[in-house]
Amino acid sequence: MRKKIIATTSLAGCFGCHMSFLDIDERILDLIELVEFDKSPIDDIKKFTRECDIGLIEGGVCNSENVEVLKEFRRHCKVLVSFGECAIMGGLPALRNTVPIRECFEEAYLHGPSVEEANEEMILPNDEELPMILDKVYPCHEVVKIDYFLPGCPPRADLIWNTLYALVTGEEVKIPYEVIKYD
Amino acid sequence: MDTKWIEKTVDRYGRDKTRLMDILIEMQQEKGYIPSDTLPVIARLTGISQAWVEQTVSFYHFFRREPSGRYAVFLNNSVVANMMGREKVARAFEEETGCRFGEVSEDGLIGLFDTSCIGMSDQEPAALINGKVFTRLTPFRVREIVRNMRAGKPVEELSTSGYGGGSNALPLIRAEVRNNIQRKGLLLEENYETGTVLREKLRLLTPEEVIWEVKLSELRGRGGAGFPTGLKWEFCRRAKGEKKYIFCNADEGEPGTFKDRVLLTEYPGLVFEGMTLAAYAVGASEGILYIRYEYKYLERYLNHVLEEMRKKNLLGKNIAGIEGFDFDIRLQYGAGAYVCGEESALLESAEGKRGEPRFKPPFPVEKGYLGRPTIINNVETLCSAVKILYFGSEWYRTMGTEDSRGTKVLSISGDCRYPGIYELEWGYTVNDILDMAGADEVQAVQVGGPSGTLISPEEFSRIICYKDLATGGSFIIFNNHRDILRDVVHNFMEFFIDESCGSCVPCRNMPWLLKQKLEKILNGHGVWKDLEDLEKWPAIMKINRCGLGQTAANPVITSLRNFRALYEEKIQKGRSFDEGFDLEKAVEESCEVVGRIPLI
Amino acid sequence: MNEFITITIDDQEIKARPGEYIVAAARRNGIYIPTLCNMPGVHPAGSCRICTVYVNGRPMTSCTTPVAEGMEIETRSSDLEDFRRSVVELLFIEGNHFCPACEKSGNCELQALGYRLEMMAPRYPYQFPERDIDASWPKLIKDHNRCVLCKRCIRTILDEEGHHIFAFRYRGHNLQITIDPEYGKNLTDELAEKAAKNCPVGSLLYRGKHGFETPIGQRKYDKEPIGSDVEKLKKVKVS
Repeated sequence: MRKKIIATTSLAGCFGCHMSFLDIDERILDLIELVEFDKSPIDDIKKFTRECDIGLIEGGVCNSENVEVLKEFRRHCKVLVSFGECAIMGGLPALRNTVPIRECFEEAYLHGPSVEEANEEMILPNDEELPMILDKVYPCHEVVKIDYFLPGCPPRADLIWNTLYALVTGEEVKIPYEVIKYD
Repeated sequence: MDTKWIEKTVDRYGRDKTRLMDILIEMQQEKGYIPSDTLPVIARLTGISQAWVEQTVSFYHFFRREPSGRYAVFLNNSVVANMMGREKVARAFEEETGCRFGEVSEDGLIGLFDTSCIGMSDQEPAALINGKVFTRLTPFRVREIVRNMRAGKPVEELSTSGYGGGSNALPLIRAEVRNNIQRKGLLLEENYETGTVLREKLRLLTPEEVIWEVKLSELRGRGGAGFPTGLKWEFCRRAKGEKKYIFCNADEGEPGTFKDRVLLTEYPGLVFEGMTLAAYAVGASEGILYIRYEYKYLERYLNHVLEEMRKKNLLGKNIAGIEGFDFDIRLQYGAGAYVCGEESALLESAEGKRGEPRFKPPFPVEKGYLGRPTIINNVETLCSAVKILYFGSEWYRTMGTEDSRGTKVLSISGDCRYPGIYELEWGYTVNDILDMAGADEVQAVQVGGPSGTLISPEEFSRIICYKDLATGGSFIIFNNHRDILRDVVHNFMEFFIDESCGSCVPCRNMPWLLKQKLEKILNGHGVWKDLEDLEKWPAIMKINRCGLGQTAANPVITSLRNFRALYEEKIQKGRSFDEGFDLEKAVEESCEVVGRIPLI
Repeated sequence: MNEFITITIDDQEIKARPGEYIVAAARRNGIYIPTLCNMPGVHPAGSCRICTVYVNGRPMTSCTTPVAEGMEIETRSSDLEDFRRSVVELLFIEGNHFCPACEKSGNCELQALGYRLEMMAPRYPYQFPERDIDASWPKLIKDHNRCVLCKRCIRTILDEEGHHIFAFRYRGHNLQITIDPEYGKNLTDELAEKAAKNCPVGSLLYRGKHGFETPIGQRKYDKEPIGSDVEKLKKVKVS
């Protein structure tokens, strides 16, 4: 049987979900028997080299680059999985969703404790090279169709493992009580 | 602040927290709003916390927390008002006053506000200005009215259009409201003299026999739910309680309904007699007419009618000479909340609280007003009961259909030549009624108001009766030129969002989500999944506590069932996913803040 | 009057005390019906609707409906399960529930219901409403973002003379909880702590206590689903 191909990415996330992924520990040896990685920070492949079976998305959508990457994943992956609270509901970055965007910028670049004196010219970054910030942090499934959701901050390693195993082998997924968490 | 005046008012109601509505209504009337510093005084005098007072104040639409203008204009935004040109009238108000809806003009003279259906669907657009009703408004009349406001004229003299017919012209009412009675039946005939049943029949009948007669007539509640009236009376008669109450529910708030307004204008004696009859049957000593704030203009008149009845010994002690039959009636005004038409919410409101429906059991017949056995009947039900006693149940049963005896008063509005009140025997088809009202090119009829059913011509042969098309009376006609989804369904969903008490989780949220979905479809972002969602999501509404919550998704449910093609034609073809995400719009604000041109 | 009456819950005959609510009778017999606004011993509110069951075929909230002889109650069916999950989802999208940053996480009843009902993500769109955190009170913090409007604080926190300290404000979609300006200022530690304890979510926080004290793994709902305590009663009875 052909190995399934997996891609992963972190959008507006902290890579904590990827860390949790690595917490599957020695089962990673089983995993590489079953799958190959394409675009992913795990093997540091930056661009899709082929069509993938499964895409794992960490993080919500907070800027125009996130939108682009997410759409690219949707194009290249048969199945897309939101993993982690940020992908599912914006997570902690979405705390800004109820704050006007101007205030967010001013806090981040002008008045925040870490920038107060460093930004004497009071510059708000506006280079064309930078991604544009969205009005709020969007859950991934409000931008593209998402097929599965793995909650948790981060999702527990067992949840990731069980789900991937089920998706790869086609067996029924087992989700014990302790692995569904929202924190 | 003049706390003396507040004290006087609160004292007049015996410092009774259950009379909070009356206290607040007086504050509102006197000051035009309820100033924050009155709350601690009311709280102290009635022995409840300030938060508890505010809980009630903030529930009701007509209790304002800010000055709302020396002339506070509440312009109806119901579906029929919009159909009859509300938009132009609203713009005229805004132009003339220089403020927008939801605001007060800079000089504090005029406030403009939206309000749900005010019971004038046969003469829209209509507005309440300081409690006075103005109907059939046009931009021209708006200019005239605003000019008169600027000239400082009293609210009675704002309009020159004269008074409506019948009792509307009486000095105690003086409203430009028209009755528009288009068809009369046994309730609306004029030959009955108030008090005849009390004087001539009751002496010969025991309370049990009265109940028996009502049971035999198979009269069912006319508010919409259709509970057998005789049975209700019997339950209450049997319930144990030191004191029992008769409530008449005159909170008709279902958009498109106005028949109770006409009954109360032209036949108030009949209504009060019905309450008295019910009191005799169940052994009640106090009656309360709970009436919506929108009908405040009838207050002096109704109180006068009560006074006349007392003089004639039709109320008070030993009524109609029947030893020991003591009963009297007072008015209880609401303050703008559709949900208070639900009987237990009505009781909560009458007790000075938020109009949150109670859970049942216990039912009001056992534990109602102030925890005592209480009958709550619709205005029309009580009128019918009098006529049943007058003519006899046998005669009454000859009218109507097998499961719906007697007559029903319909409020007909919308696209027809003769809107107004129609008293009909149960059993006419929708087609019959459309022909009666002079309606052509009909696309749809909303039977029973927003909480009822939207039907298409395929169903116009259906019959108005409890078994088939049950209705509390609202009958709104839409012709082929109306945009059903945008003008009707969307308006109704906004109505339910405004009027939910918010207690139950599904009712607090689902109408809002359905409206969002509907807007998404109307804005061209709809996909097939949205239709599936609109079909599935409302299922949860049946677990809401009250009738409002259980029916609040009906506009979507019934329009999707009967007008599916309208939805389908707005769905994107060849696209299976669209959550409405718009990158251009999403980056607009941030680019503006940092000063860059969006590059997409 | 008989000491017990007989009712049927999910085809199983059980004995119930006259006058008790269905949810309580079920509990005593080891049958867990999910609840959220309900608190044993406190007058029910019947507002979250999550405990809805079919009573003789009609949907009724089991926290407000007293048992009656011969009642036939169904607590498990696919539509009831779906209604429950739907209620939880509606509450999650209605407010701003950032579990990873919440002091109550792990001990939160809303979250625990989500776990028990296996909510992976709500089917409804997140609303991200603008809501305040009211930290103006000496003993309490009221975070409106997390409030589920269950009325527990309204119903259980009264002063000695019976004055309500918490109340609703507005209605419908704008509904919120307020604190009485006078009584809120003078709230005792005892009542403030009780309010925070009774809050099923992290919307009321008592200032005298630190958050995040219990390590992850040892919190109330880390290991066992909400309702396990009730269901254990049954296992004990059977064995």
